[in-house]
Amino acid sequence: MASKKNININLKVWRQKNAKAAGSMESYKLDNVSTDSSFLEMMDQLNEQLVAEKKEPIAFDHDCREGICGMCSMYINGRAHGPDTGITTCQLHMRMFNDGDTIFVEPWRSKAFPVIKDLVVDRSAFDRIQQAGGFVSVNTSGNTIDANTIPVPKADADKAFEAAACIGCGACVATCKNGSAMLFVGAKVSQYALLPQGKVEATERVLNMVRQMDEEGFGNCTNTGACEIECPKGISLENIARMNREYLKASLIK
Amino acid sequence: MKLDSKIPEGHISEKWTNHKNHLKLVAPNNRPKIDVIVVGTGLAGASAAASLGEMGYNVKAFCFQDSPRRAHSIAAQGGVNAAKNYQNDGDSVYRLFYDTIKGGDYRAREANVHRLAEVSGNIIDQCVAQGVPFAREYGGLLDNRSFGGTQVQRTFYAAGQTGQQLLLGAYSALSRQIGLGRVKMYNRHEMLDLVKVDGKARGIIARNLITGEIERHSAHAVIIASGGYGNVYFLSTNAMGSNVTAAWKIHKQGALFANPCFVQIHPTCIPVHGTNQSKLTLMSESLRNSGRIWVPKKKEDAEAIRAGKLKPTQIAEEDRDYFLERRYPAFGNLVPRDVASRAAKERCDAGYGIEANDTNEGVYLDFSTEIQNKGKQAAYAKGNHNPTPEEITTLGKAWLEEKYGNLFTMYQKITDENPYETPMKIYPAVHYTMGGVWVDYNLQSTIPGCFVAGEANFSDHGANRLGASALMQGLADGYFVLPYTVSNYLADEIRTGKISTDSPEFAEAEKRVMDQINFFLNNKGTKSVDYFHKKLGLIMWNKVGMGRNAQGLTEAITEIAQLKEDFYKDVYVPGNNDEMNPELEKALRVADFLELGQLMAMDALQRNESCGGHFREEYQDAEGETLRDDENFAFVGAWEYQGEDINKEIMHKEELKYEFIKIAARNYK
Repeated sequence: MASKKNININLKVWRQKNAKAAGSMESYKLDNVSTDSSFLEMMDQLNEQLVAEKKEPIAFDHDCREGICGMCSMYINGRAHGPDTGITTCQLHMRMFNDGDTIFVEPWRSKAFPVIKDLVVDRSAFDRIQQAGGFVSVNTSGNTIDANTIPVPKADADKAFEAAACIGCGACVATCKNGSAMLFVGAKVSQYALLPQGKVEATERVLNMVRQMDEEGFGNCTNTGACEIECPKGISLENIARMNREYLKASLIK
Repeated sequence: MKLDSKIPEGHISEKWTNHKNHLKLVAPNNRPKIDVIVVGTGLAGASAAASLGEMGYNVKAFCFQDSPRRAHSIAAQGGVNAAKNYQNDGDSVYRLFYDTIKGGDYRAREANVHRLAEVSGNIIDQCVAQGVPFAREYGGLLDNRSFGGTQVQRTFYAAGQTGQQLLLGAYSALSRQIGLGRVKMYNRHEMLDLVKVDGKARGIIARNLITGEIERHSAHAVIIASGGYGNVYFLSTNAMGSNVTAAWKIHKQGALFANPCFVQIHPTCIPVHGTNQSKLTLMSESLRNSGRIWVPKKKEDAEAIRAGKLKPTQIAEEDRDYFLERRYPAFGNLVPRDVASRAAKERCDAGYGIEANDTNEGVYLDFSTEIQNKGKQAAYAKGNHNPTPEEITTLGKAWLEEKYGNLFTMYQKITDENPYETPMKIYPAVHYTMGGVWVDYNLQSTIPGCFVAGEANFSDHGANRLGASALMQGLADGYFVLPYTVSNYLADEIRTGKISTDSPEFAEAEKRVMDQINFFLNNKGTKSVDYFHKKLGLIMWNKVGMGRNAQGLTEAITEIAQLKEDFYKDVYVPGNNDEMNPELEKALRVADFLELGQLMAMDALQRNESCGGHFREEYQDAEGETLRDDENFAFVGAWEYQGEDINKEIMHKEELKYEFIKIAARNYK
């Protein structure tokens, strides 16, 4: 709330009627955007303008608007979640832009994330990877051992938490030149690999999750590191390395 | 209609065990013949769907988001309560039970709350077994912190992302069942009506949000876990898509709606910045462990701050009014949410607010004392017994970063101010709804076969929810209550066979949905859905918000009814049904909010007392504290739908009996 002012901007936004239709970039002009507005509030303002003109508003995914649900997913000026680091699109604020700027907005682009409409893509491939092994096989009876029976070294617990902080937004895939999902999968594999509760099924888990990842059409990792830079939660590349070690170990056992 | 809460006989500590022992079971070989629908995949819905899937029922789960992992439980920050007493500070099941009843200002049902406290420990065991990475101490054991309204440390947490970690735990259990084929997941689907056959819940009508297809889904039981209705205020900490539609549709089909006026206004949210604002962001209550809340003692200082002529760091210690510590020395900054919110409003109404927005509404949450304290401790722990002020500050900030790093970053991104250097600005915002669909002890609504769990029901938090208790309730309902009580209901359904969707009842429900959709798409209106939603929000915030009075509520009832009329006359919804159409989704949700809003005002008007989050300005003592009326209002007000005119709804009373806790004035002084 440090800088209160309004700016006028131009937008070029990807419009696509549905999964099968061809899309194109459309131009819009939007005046009086508060620099305190979030990027999505700016999009709301644009949509209100479109509705007032009896035009179809732009479809985009969003929900919590506080950077944790992982639903928002815009490629802004050639960067996943726009020109700031450590944030999701909903946490991007208009103070990052200048009066008169032209802003390009596209959906995530990746073979494994087909466009549904406008800026909305289908990320259900992530769900299917999780279903292939992203869990501990424990029934939800509550009749497990007491939570403090197995001490977990704080350093391991902290690292597991850092990996588990992934919000599944898909920025890593969108930003990767290979469309690789290895940061996402590496984070989930790491969370469990670092905790005693996850070790029992570690072998099966990494093999199944990687298999599903490959089946979904994600590309391979060539260690460029763009995913780590664009990840809103700062998930470390170490997780990919750990997954590779887990995978190698599992492959030798199997 | 007589409300039967079905509270089991016996001593409070034995009710749940005895009840469980006598509930009917469904044998494993019969479970695959039975279908269960779960609407919503937050903590309550995901845990229920996973548990019922594990048991062997055919489960169909629905969420409107693109993945079950996005449900708004994910945004819960601070923690989850459990009576483990790991900290050896006198905690017990009884104390958690007592704190929750007292925190709820004696408007919750004793038996339900005790059960919640009983199973709380299992939640932690379960989540750890699932690989939820809770915060730990250096010895490798689980760490705890304090939350409002308690004097023990019973809150388990994972930085400021506890909801995320618990939800991802439940999502992993759900994913496992989806992978095994026991749960079928319907992402991007919204429930738009309930289907009843012979008075029982037998299915739902859902809209595929990608194709617009209207689908019929049948089941032997339907579980609604669709969350709360805070978005009736337009601005709230809820996700943009959070809505009351599933709960409201079952209300219209005969489920009573209880205590709709009980809304939690959370004290620590980032203040409103402008008219295009779409939502409010919570700063976790856990911050009140370390932050001190204050406003300037002198009005001229507050004015100078608002004018940008003075910085908070320039106000001397003796010129600061730590108003919570002043008014409530025993609990200080950790009073319950409703108390903290009202105290902030009182200061701002009196002219001491520090935020330069339209309403001057904002107070400080200051971490400088904690930086000094923790910095010194950290230096000593490192063997440095003579630290310099710079060393203390650096270490203190590092301590804060470890505890609350993500919250501080979030704050900085939104406000462009650094909370390590200058105090946070905060103000209360709508956060959680204690009211919801009325359910009995089995979490069954007044429609047989229709169960309601988590925030969507009314059951456990009375008139005010304590921090870190929502996560506890969601998982308790889904993991540890519904599997027993739903099975008890389904035991009579093993001979029913598959429910056909080709019945007149399904056709009728589908027609209701299609008629509504067609109405909106063909309406020749001129204004957007948000235009009406924002108007509704303003009425609700100003007249059914933190402070309420008979005159304002009476006005609100008329104004909302009028707004509803205008909405149907003049709303414009672009696009078609057979496509992804977010404006149509919003219109269908706002239609329900408009009806609910009116009922909330009616409920607040009939409740001539102040309790918890419901503050009627007419009922306060000389010091501005709430005046409850136990003689006349120790009941749950459960409303029965009577057709389109909401004014005609009839209220039924469930009397609240306190057998095990002595009902008393709530005192945090």
